Amino acid sequence: MSSRCLDMTLCAALLLALPLAGCEREMRRFDTPPKATDRAGPQGAALRPGPFASAPGGPDAQARSMSQVPRQPPPGYEENAFAVAQGKRWYRWFNCNGCHANGGGGMGPALIDATWRYGRQPGDIAETILQGRPNGMPSFAGRLNEEQLWQLTAYVRSMSGQLRADVAPSRSDALSAGEPESRRETQRPGRR
Amino acid sequence: MNGLHDVLLSGGVQADRVIDLWRLLLWVCSGVFGLVLVGLAWALWRAPSVRNGSRPLHPDGPARARLLHWRIALATLVSTLLLVGLTAASIATGRALAGLSLDGALHVEVTAHQWWWELRYEDDPPGALFSTANELHVPVGRPVLLRLRSDDVIHSLWVPSLGGKRDLVPGHEVTFTFRADRPGVYLGRCAEFCGLQHAAMSLQVVAHAPAEFDAWIARQREPARAPTTAQRERGRTVFSGASCAMCHSITGTDAGGRRAPDLTHVASRRTIAAGALPMGEESLAHWITDPQSVKPGTNMPPTVLTAEDLQALVAYLGSLQ
Repeated sequence: MSSRCLDMTLCAALLLALPLAGCEREMRRFDTPPKATDRAGPQGAALRPGPFASAPGGPDAQARSMSQVPRQPPPGYEENAFAVAQGKRWYRWFNCNGCHANGGGGMGPALIDATWRYGRQPGDIAETILQGRPNGMPSFAGRLNEEQLWQLTAYVRSMSGQLRADVAPSRSDALSAGEPESRRETQRPGRR
Repeated sequence: MNGLHDVLLSGGVQADRVIDLWRLLLWVCSGVFGLVLVGLAWALWRAPSVRNGSRPLHPDGPARARLLHWRIALATLVSTLLLVGLTAASIATGRALAGLSLDGALHVEVTAHQWWWELRYEDDPPGALFSTANELHVPVGRPVLLRLRSDDVIHSLWVPSLGGKRDLVPGHEVTFTFRADRPGVYLGRCAEFCGLQHAAMSLQVVAHAPAEFDAWIARQREPARAPTTAQRERGRTVFSGASCAMCHSITGTDAGGRRAPDLTHVASRRTIAAGALPMGEESLAHWITDPQSVKPGTNMPPTVLTAEDLQALVAYLGSLQ
């Protein structure tokens, strides 16, 4: 009798603990951004030739030169459903679908297949977004802030099934054909 | 002058009707409630006392029972008549609200977003079309036809001083008509829970005298003012070079984003962020650098700028009258 009681208690404890596993999945962060002057780096130094040197694109654009794109996103993007959903919003808002359509490609290459010309790691994709690529991909440096960049990167990766299924979007706001991002098979280079 | 959200403050003929109906309901229901209370008190007062046993609990003979039946029948009849009367009054009010003449109506397309209102003034020729946000300006005495749409989730437009409530459902366009008859600022709110900042999604309806309205609309149709100082010029460069131009538009510049409020005449508005902050350079700077502290969850991203760039940007935006 007492062993059965123990089993029941254990079961209940497990069931109670189960939701904890999903705790951070939907977590939203409303951080205060760092001030431009707080930033380490050369943009605060006397390297600027004139008052307008930093204006096009703002200092944000300068702060992210080629060498400064981190290879890995900070935590809280690739494993956060809210961040990926925001990325999906930016994908539409910033007209990525104008060239890449819903990921199947159009004027621009497809994003849901197993071909990555410039790499499939978050850093590669962020670099592509920030710096642009030959034959049409424009640079978005200075047009996105850090947070938006990693949200968009995470979403682009979810399109080819690179993220966990419980993080990738499972439903679109608008009518859409085909499998949602969360149901897509993980694409790997070299496999067709 | 931020306007009031007051169900008993009428700014137009339709709200007058709604308030009349509300008064009728209030008086009839208060009267009935009073009568019921009086009846209850009377029954308690003449209730047979059990303690001294002087009167039996059920003294009714057949004559008394008949009298009681008549009273019940009378009360039922009066209640029915009152309820039918109120229903008729309600239907008459609904018909009057829907029967507003739309001759020469002003057409405005209202799109609800999380969490602000987009207003597009349609007119002939199509070139005269312009877009503004969170402030609906209307002329007094002229009917207004709103075409309501939602961009994301279900919202509801409620300006009690000008008429009823109407839901905005994604993919389903509905119309809403009203006429403002007294100049003033009337506050509207989203009346359907739509997410984190549902409570901070207000719409100000500004009713002008016709001549004043014509002047307002003529100014809104003009492109944005060109910067007149070096600082504002720099502000414009910052605006079109930073992330602002990804979502916002300023007519007459490169910025043509259509996802966030049109800023062509932003400084002519009373508030920013759908009523969250009063218009002013300080508010603008706060909103640009740290929007999440004002409206947590908003899609406006924080923008990191140097102090000079921020000053220039705010000075430029502040000049867009």
